[in-house]
Amino acid sequence: MSENIMGLLKSEAKNLNFYYGEYQALKNINLKVAEKRITALIGPSGCGKSTFLRCFNRMHDLYPGNRYDGEIMLSPDDVNILNPKIDPIEVRMRIGMVFQKPNPFPKTIYENVAYGLRVRGISNRRKLDEKVEKALRGAALWNEVKDRLTSLAFNLSGGQQQRLCIARALATDPEMMLFDEPTSALDPIATASIEELIAQLKEQVTILIVTHNMQQAARVSDYTAFMHMGEVVEFSDTNTIFTNPAQKRTEDYITGRYG
Amino acid sequence: MPNQPAHSAQSLLTMRALIVRRKRWDIIFSVVGMFAMLGGIITLAALIAGMAFEGLPRISWDFFASFPSRHAAKAGILSAWVGTTLVMMVTVLSAVPLGIAAGVYLEEYAAKNWMTDLIEINVTNLAGVPSIVYGLLALGLFVYQLDLGQSILAAGLTLAILILPIVIVATREAIRSIPGTIREGAFALGATKWQTVSQHVLPYSTAGILTGVIIALSRAIGETAPLITIGALTYIAFLPESPFTGEFPYVSFEWLSSAFTVMPIQMFNWVSRPQEAFHQNAAAAGLVLIVMTLMMNAMAIYIRYHFRKRIKW
Amino acid sequence: MSENLKSSRFAHRRMRHVRERIIESLLFLAAFSSVAITVAIVVILVRESLGFFEHVSIVDFLTDTQWTPLFDDAHYGIMPLVAGTLVTAGVALAVAIPLGTIIAIYLSEFAPHRVREFVKPVLELLDGIPTIVYGYFALLFVTPLLQYFLPELPGFNMLSAGLVMGVMIIPYVSSISEDAMRAVPMHIREGSYAMGATRFQTALRVVTPAAFSGIAAAYILGISRAIGETMIVAVAAGMQPNLTWNPMEPAATITAYIVQVSLGDLPHGSIGYQTIFVAGLTLMLMTLVFNIAGHWLRKRFREVY
Repeated sequence: MSENIMGLLKSEAKNLNFYYGEYQALKNINLKVAEKRITALIGPSGCGKSTFLRCFNRMHDLYPGNRYDGEIMLSPDDVNILNPKIDPIEVRMRIGMVFQKPNPFPKTIYENVAYGLRVRGISNRRKLDEKVEKALRGAALWNEVKDRLTSLAFNLSGGQQQRLCIARALATDPEMMLFDEPTSALDPIATASIEELIAQLKEQVTILIVTHNMQQAARVSDYTAFMHMGEVVEFSDTNTIFTNPAQKRTEDYITGRYG
Repeated sequence: MPNQPAHSAQSLLTMRALIVRRKRWDIIFSVVGMFAMLGGIITLAALIAGMAFEGLPRISWDFFASFPSRHAAKAGILSAWVGTTLVMMVTVLSAVPLGIAAGVYLEEYAAKNWMTDLIEINVTNLAGVPSIVYGLLALGLFVYQLDLGQSILAAGLTLAILILPIVIVATREAIRSIPGTIREGAFALGATKWQTVSQHVLPYSTAGILTGVIIALSRAIGETAPLITIGALTYIAFLPESPFTGEFPYVSFEWLSSAFTVMPIQMFNWVSRPQEAFHQNAAAAGLVLIVMTLMMNAMAIYIRYHFRKRIKW
Repeated sequence: MSENLKSSRFAHRRMRHVRERIIESLLFLAAFSSVAITVAIVVILVRESLGFFEHVSIVDFLTDTQWTPLFDDAHYGIMPLVAGTLVTAGVALAVAIPLGTIIAIYLSEFAPHRVREFVKPVLELLDGIPTIVYGYFALLFVTPLLQYFLPELPGFNMLSAGLVMGVMIIPYVSSISEDAMRAVPMHIREGSYAMGATRFQTALRVVTPAAFSGIAAAYILGISRAIGETMIVAVAAGMQPNLTWNPMEPAATITAYIVQVSLGDLPHGSIGYQTIFVAGLTLMLMTLVFNIAGHWLRKRFREVY
């Protein structure tokens, strides 16, 4: 299996099951996430890919009635981030997330990016300036906004807002970044620039991305997992998945037999 | 530039310490929030308990059946609660049909034009007018201009205008919650607009409207200022003519032009006296008012809850 | 035969049409009554006020520091009444705004579902108690209690009235603020939590600013309510006009003055009679400004989300 020639491991899901109340949304998931690589999750609507993604930063803890069963290990300290004894806030400080619909805060551009830093207690003006600029450069947004850092984030276009959200997540130097269908609310041009950005980001952070757009996964990711009805049907390097899938279900999905 | 190793043991410990510190604020604020809520609830409880403690000893059949008097021990709220009842009758009969009609028009008939905007702005505005201004309006308009005098009729109309915005808003919200498919179904069967409204929309919104009306009335019962302004007497030792007479035509309208008092004004009168004994009477009257208000609110909540459970769109 | 049937059907339809129009007109008149009422208020207040201003100059009205219209040496300065109104409203808002906001944040962001279900109707009851009962409470419970701590506090004072009024307004402020906060979409909160923020940080730094115009609307409408309140101040703050900014003194508000005059006998058309309308007009103008601002803010907030 091509998994064996993966580089360093950043994270691994082990026998993960997830329940929304009585309903089991994820069934016995095992998945390795490679460090500083892009891993994509694809599959038809409702297959559980977003549910799986949101386990990584304990988003489900926000809503009552959800239950994790299994482990997600994070290296290098080998901690199970699903352990109830681990505070979700700690997990979220290590693993950042970019959402489907750009959700900047009702604040200035500067304050949006600085938010995560302030949450961590950094208030020194110079340090904030430094990190904000670095994050905005990292998100390829600096040149467009450097003269209007004090204007409201709402005034940016959709694509710019999403890059702002990426900058916001980057500012705190996360170990891993989760992208939940980051371009599905954007026009094709904005989509292309975000994809380009994500491809560059993998040099800095491990990336796990959910996308319903197969071509996007094919373009951007190193490894791809195909999910269906709460299970990981097949996981391999992207090339193999798209040219020579081992499972029939995978092939059916890739060739568009069902969407 | 390579990623800072944010996961080294040292920085994890710092991170954890930071999180603990920050989460402490969650707890502090929760406590503060609960105290704030408790403050409000305890004040309410203290108020009710205080009135009960002072006033309960005075509550008796005699209290309800006696007129006010210079002797505190003999004074009662007969004229007051009869006055409240009669005034409320006028208020209900005027505000409810008018308010429901207005609400129906705004929700079902009104087009989106400047006239509708004007009406809506006015309704919203009227809801925020201080109650005493309604008293001034009534004094100038009902008592003098229309020469209704300082009567039950004037009082009833005054309160009707006061609660009108509440009834209109409640009607609108009740109607709004009915899905459009009901109307479409009726139209498809050839019903006219009015038939749809009267046979389908209104019956379904009855619960919501009723809730709003009850709440509006509970407000009206407690209103003092506008009625003082139009000249409610604070000392009445007689009852208006009964609406029902023993001979044909069995109903009389004499009572509408009678002088009057209402419960909150009676309470105000007693509170304003220096003697402790009258304060007790005031507490008793207040207790009756509180009980009436609480019962009406409870009824409204019950109706809202009960009907919301039954009808599932 | 079929001719008769056709024409009778036609007549029937026409009659139905006419009936529908009549009903619609009646309903329209009912709705239009709200406009008529507003017009009536304005006409009556302005008419009597014009009568007043024939005897008293506007300058005197606005600048004289005494309000003694029923004395032989009559003064017609509105300042004492306005001061009384502002001080009691100020005390009330000093209570209602902080507590109302805290309660709103708590109920919206922290409280478990059960607590909300229980507390909200109870708080709404605070709003439903007749104000005369609050007046009684302020005069006969709160004032003696305060006098225990502040022995020089007079029997009538603006502090008790203001405090009790504040408690009464709390649910008003908290329910509108809470509605505004709950309207903030969940994905904004998720953005904050995903950054590792605590519940308190999210509530304070993200949700509250996002709900800002709704919260401002709540404050403004609370101000308007406090200014318009009558019975609590009439009973507990006394009815003696007194130009002072010290809440521990008795004073009359605009509303209390109107009550005091109405309790007596005033010949229709006398200047004493006209003063209550002038006072009412002043009151209307004060609350109108706040009401308009409050509703504009509330509407703007609804459009954002």
